[in-house]
Amino acid sequence: MSAALSTSDTPRTLFEKVWESHVVRRHPDGTELIYIDRHLLHEVTSPQAFESLSLQGRPVRRPDRTLAVPDHNVPTTSDRLDHIENEASRIQLEALKKNVKAFGVPCFELDDPRQGIVHVVGPEQGLTQPGMTIVCGDSHTATHGAFGAIAFGIGTSQVEHVLATQTLSMERPRSMRIHLEGDLAPGVSAKDLVMAIIGHIGTAGGTGHVIEYTGSAIRNLSMEGRMTVCNMSIEAGARAGMIAPDETTWRYLKGRPMAPSESNWSDAIEAWSKLKTEPGAIYDREVVIDASEITPQVTWGTSPQQVLGIDECVPDPKTLDDPLARRTLQRALDYMGLDPGAPIRDTEIHQVFLGSCTNGRIEDLRVAADVTRGHQVKSGVRALVVPGSGLVKRQAEEEGLDQIFIDAGWEWREPGCSMCVALNPDKVPPGKRCASTSNRNFEGRQGPESRTHLVSPEMAAAAAISGRLVDARDFERSGA
Amino acid sequence: MECFTRLEGVAAPFPKNHVDTDVIYPGRFLSTIRRTGLGHLLFHGLRYHPDGTERADFVLNQPPYRQARILVAGDNFGCGSSREHAPWALMGFGIRCILSTSFADIFAGNCIKNGILCIAIDTDRLALLMADAEAGLELCVDLGARQITRSSGEVLDFDVPDEVRKKLINGTDEVLETLEQAAAIDDFESRIAQTQPWI
Repeated sequence: MSAALSTSDTPRTLFEKVWESHVVRRHPDGTELIYIDRHLLHEVTSPQAFESLSLQGRPVRRPDRTLAVPDHNVPTTSDRLDHIENEASRIQLEALKKNVKAFGVPCFELDDPRQGIVHVVGPEQGLTQPGMTIVCGDSHTATHGAFGAIAFGIGTSQVEHVLATQTLSMERPRSMRIHLEGDLAPGVSAKDLVMAIIGHIGTAGGTGHVIEYTGSAIRNLSMEGRMTVCNMSIEAGARAGMIAPDETTWRYLKGRPMAPSESNWSDAIEAWSKLKTEPGAIYDREVVIDASEITPQVTWGTSPQQVLGIDECVPDPKTLDDPLARRTLQRALDYMGLDPGAPIRDTEIHQVFLGSCTNGRIEDLRVAADVTRGHQVKSGVRALVVPGSGLVKRQAEEEGLDQIFIDAGWEWREPGCSMCVALNPDKVPPGKRCASTSNRNFEGRQGPESRTHLVSPEMAAAAAISGRLVDARDFERSGA
Repeated sequence: MECFTRLEGVAAPFPKNHVDTDVIYPGRFLSTIRRTGLGHLLFHGLRYHPDGTERADFVLNQPPYRQARILVAGDNFGCGSSREHAPWALMGFGIRCILSTSFADIFAGNCIKNGILCIAIDTDRLALLMADAEAGLELCVDLGARQITRSSGEVLDFDVPDEVRKKLINGTDEVLETLEQAAAIDDFESRIAQTQPWI
């Protein structure tokens, strides 16, 4: 499909194939105008873009390639359709409603059973497909790369540009391969894998690059696991993360509402099957990691790269030579209220958050329910389950997962971004510590002076029951 | 957007690596439909006590840094969220130029769209400029000449891609520029409609 734009017979990477098939025009300054197949919108990063379009009298070029979903601000309590207390949130949600109506953009409103986190909804609807370019005013757009799409977050000025032109003018990112050799050990999840990758290459390790994840540890992941890995590519600094599509991808997509229809299905599969890196293709950078060595991970600090195996100890700034790095580390220790050299295991936690575009899908809820079953949330710990979408919630309820959580003392909520970004009332109080399946442990991320430890769904459930950071593998699962 | 040609002013030191956009502009202020008037929210968690009073020990609360036009920061500045509120808040405060060894991709792109110049320089020269900032000295940044002049008179060259320099100096309307290429976009769309009708 990219033959017309291909310049030579040189073997190409997956990224190059998808990128080159979307180049509308090459500009003399080296930037390229690339076509955007799908544009996702939410209420936080779109109002200023719509305002500019209105002021300039410009229409949305392809409303049919655009989908809006309110997710960041939405309360997760059951009364949210009647009443949204926070005035700023209410105004922003109303602005999205007004804008999608004025510009004819499809939207899954709050009362739609398909509403949820935009990066959970897109794949779930089959809107996300191999070989596409997908953007959204949200850095976790990288999630969609799990399908072999180039998917990346953009700012509001670019949201406006895509709304008006269905294109973006960009410098081509460099390519990077992260090859995961070996298989993950039992009890080690996709979340642990990606956190270990970030620990290995650092939070600026992927800057300027699109990462392709390869190797058996990736191939063996479900689509949901692949989404978890690609989702956190941005925490490794990368523009995007991608995984070559395969049988697992076709199986996931088949029959979803926005997936190719029956009549186009075999043509789509034929085109998608070509979306793999050719032997001999050259990446700008390659990293190899032994996946079999990875243990359950937990962040100790205020950057996703400040991550440890559950059996490791918090670092000591005294061991660092660079003064800036030492100050950065010390600040993280002070903020997190941790002592240098202390073991991370058994650190007391006060809240647990299970959800987000990283870990708010049905498989995440299943593994957490599996750990939870037959136990009680530790007295004094507040634990929230926020399904990634209305459909995830419904599926979980059909499987009886909601009752497992509720019986154990978890709060069972309505879908949204919730405590990952704390834009709605779900927050971690100042100084309190949260074991969270989300993607960022930045200062204040879950509320002013909140302290976040990023973990997998299994580890979050184990923390909820223990009231401490523990190894979920030590839990006897009385599972089904 | 405001053009950027030459800037002379106080540089504030921000000696920390991996400053993320949640620190630059906390999430709880994202529920806004505005892009101006956000300067008072810049670095909110570091700048104010929970009761709203200023933290005296925060750099931007101290003279002469209240008037800072330049920020000298550590590695990987602006990592994390894609929120353009971060450059909007910097702009609202009066910061028009950031010096670091490296910047996160989305943040750097957002800065260009808003007329903020991000300059990546090597560790040694950053240390010199950090020391100048800590001493409260002014810097002069000349984008046309790609030069930073220290108050000592020493001139440091810097690199910035041609297309970025042009955009900042001219303050172009990119949407308009692309709309002028509508014919090429139309052609592209009709080709895709034939070869990949499922998209």
